[in-house]
Amino acid sequence: MEQYAIEMKNITKKFPGIIANDHITLQLKKGEIHALLGENGAGKSTLMSVLFGLYQPEEGEIRKDGKKVTINDPNDANALGIGMVHQHFKLVECFSVLDNIILGVETTKGGFLQKEEAKKKVIELSEKYGLFVDPDALVEDITVGMQQRTEILKMLYRDNEILIFDEPTAVLTPQEIQELMNIMKNLAAEGKSILFITHKLGEIMQVADRCTVLRKGKYIGTVEIKDTTPEKLSAMMVGRDVNFVVEKEPANPGKVILDIKDMTVASKHHKKNAVNRVSLQVRQGEIVCIAGIDGNGQTEFVYGLSGLEPLTGGTITMNGEDITHMPIRKRLTSGMSHIPEDRHKHGLVLDFSLEDNLVLQRYFEPQFTNKFGFLRRKEIRNYANRLIGQYDIRSGQGPVTKARSMSGGNQQKAIIARELDKNPDLLVAVQPTRGLDVGAIEHIHKQLVAQRDAGKGVLLVSLELDEVMNVSDRILVMYEGEIVGEFDPKQVTVEELGLYMAGSKRKEAGVS
Amino acid sequence: MLLLIQYTLIFASVLVLVALGGCFSEHSGVINIGLEGIMVMGALGGALMMKYLPKGTVAPIMILLVILSSVLVGMFFSLLLGVAAIRFKADQTLVGTALNLLGPAAAVVIVRAINTAENPDNVSSTIAYGQAKKAFIVNFGRFEFNWFMLIAFLLLIASFVVLYKTRFGLRLCACGEHPQAADSVGINVYRMRYAGVLISGALGGLGGLVYITAGVSEWKFENGVAGFGFLALAVMIFGQWKPVNIGLAALLFGLFRALSNVYTGFDALVALKLPSTVYNMLPYIISLVVLVFVSGKSRAPKAEGIPYDKGQR
Repeated sequence: MEQYAIEMKNITKKFPGIIANDHITLQLKKGEIHALLGENGAGKSTLMSVLFGLYQPEEGEIRKDGKKVTINDPNDANALGIGMVHQHFKLVECFSVLDNIILGVETTKGGFLQKEEAKKKVIELSEKYGLFVDPDALVEDITVGMQQRTEILKMLYRDNEILIFDEPTAVLTPQEIQELMNIMKNLAAEGKSILFITHKLGEIMQVADRCTVLRKGKYIGTVEIKDTTPEKLSAMMVGRDVNFVVEKEPANPGKVILDIKDMTVASKHHKKNAVNRVSLQVRQGEIVCIAGIDGNGQTEFVYGLSGLEPLTGGTITMNGEDITHMPIRKRLTSGMSHIPEDRHKHGLVLDFSLEDNLVLQRYFEPQFTNKFGFLRRKEIRNYANRLIGQYDIRSGQGPVTKARSMSGGNQQKAIIARELDKNPDLLVAVQPTRGLDVGAIEHIHKQLVAQRDAGKGVLLVSLELDEVMNVSDRILVMYEGEIVGEFDPKQVTVEELGLYMAGSKRKEAGVS
Repeated sequence: MLLLIQYTLIFASVLVLVALGGCFSEHSGVINIGLEGIMVMGALGGALMMKYLPKGTVAPIMILLVILSSVLVGMFFSLLLGVAAIRFKADQTLVGTALNLLGPAAAVVIVRAINTAENPDNVSSTIAYGQAKKAFIVNFGRFEFNWFMLIAFLLLIASFVVLYKTRFGLRLCACGEHPQAADSVGINVYRMRYAGVLISGALGGLGGLVYITAGVSEWKFENGVAGFGFLALAVMIFGQWKPVNIGLAALLFGLFRALSNVYTGFDALVALKLPSTVYNMLPYIISLVVLVFVSGKSRAPKAEGIPYDKGQR
């Protein structure tokens, strides 16, 4: 029998009403890069929580190097040499890189920190694996990519043999992703075993040796990457064939719906403007996409556009009307629809029922409120039922379900139903597919294209390059609050976009 | 002039001790707004020890026991905050406010009960400790040196070393900045936070003792500590949660507080003919002004005030 670096055998973990892991087997060979693929809710995080001792499985066992082990808490996992780079980094921002690395495993003499030796070891490791991290830099001053490499150093410093990467590429630029892939290959070549959790098929095809697929808590199979294709993997993951390419006719832009001139929004965090003199137009029947790495002013731009933040300069014109100082409700009733970035914060009132959320922007209309100011609950119920049917919003108790208890995908469907049913002229969609699984993403992309084909203007803000390339008719790249380039998705490569997103290239907008 | 320096130093000592207490608590992630109440209880612990120790006790033992008493009472009292805020995840500001209400009130009740038990006609809330207090003071000519000045200075240095040079300090700060990160590398966040709160109780209690013995030889507990706990919080913020800066900030605030005691000794100030209440108000007004200008830029420990819940990831 072959010995595995770590072997999780027939793991079953049940929660009330659901089997999160149903006899799942995961075998990680020494020195391989093993991808763990699955949609949201497929049981990936539960499986990792079992590996780190956060949950105890009802059935199954964990073996390390062939020997059965019990893991009761994360410290046990660390002692076994298992380390993880979390999706959200666990770094103390005002500490130096070195302090973050040694935290928890400090070398001390009589309680005093001995940092010199640790620093030497960090520099050695950093050079050996090509991580290029300055141990004395403060974490808050370094790039996201370097923060991630700090996390990797944390594992290496602890001499971890099994390295788990949880969705590591979500926050990186294409260039940084490439670097990470190289680092992972280096690590594997040095004998480290890597478990790579992701839902991006391209990255799996590029870097992994084998891939284990989970679906709805069940083990679907483990395949050799060299024997498979992205299509086969996605069919395993979703359980049906998925169309990656968004099917759409060429755009047929009409008159200008949205005209933004020199929009400037102040930043809450620093003295520079979060959005600096941004000008753009959206026309009927086109999808304009703002691409960029998270935190380059997209959020503030949308706040400015939707009225959540005041502008410090510039004008916004919608349908020929100046809406720069228009109140939010007025904007929403005069043709703008907004699918917000944070659906919990700005999209839904989580403790309201689904029906109340669905009329959140129109409860004051005569059809829902009578002339004495009382709500017409019956009308609201009918309206909600219509939208639930039309947009296939699934929930436990229909219109009276608390929004909080719904799944992310269905929460998003509810927001989309509410926004699209207003029949807007302009749809502002901010990361509409964030955190959703492949099937839901496909559905939402289709709806965006349908809106476009119905002659609406669509402004899409997205961090996912695949989405940017597939859905949009025109791409604007935002970097540090400014539009640094305009592209036709058919004539630009992902790599080229990446250079603009990272700020290493720029050109004036409109000169493509 | 000498008197001004003397008072400045002793009030600065109070502020340094209490502000450092707040600093430890906040670096662990727990806002300790209850320092005022902790000071009163610590002062009570020390005062009672001085009252009951036999007359002939030698100075070093006297100092040690009195300090120990106020420190322990302060720690015990701060434990209320610890348990409520850490174990039961209560709102830290509310619990701190409760401590501020409870501390002075409890002290008055206890002292009155003791006084009436000794003499049914005595309903005052005053404890006298004139004799015992002498143990803390050494006279250099006309300068009244108080051992607490030295103790405060040593604790300031110790705090700096502990926070920045030791494993404990590194871990403590990690818990106040990013408890999830600390937890993920095997640090027990709850334990570190209890440690932070208990240290603040110890230093706060000691600060209370220094405050009541600073100028007078008896203390009327109805007076509490006249907002010194809050002044110390201002000092801590002005000092940006860093020991050395806290030391300097404490000297500044101590100076203004001392002025109200000794301004009559300066002809120039007397010539201004300002009412004495103006000088009494000074430290509080200064703290308001300072906070208005500083708090915008201040960088508090990031996770302070947020109860840590292991389940949330």
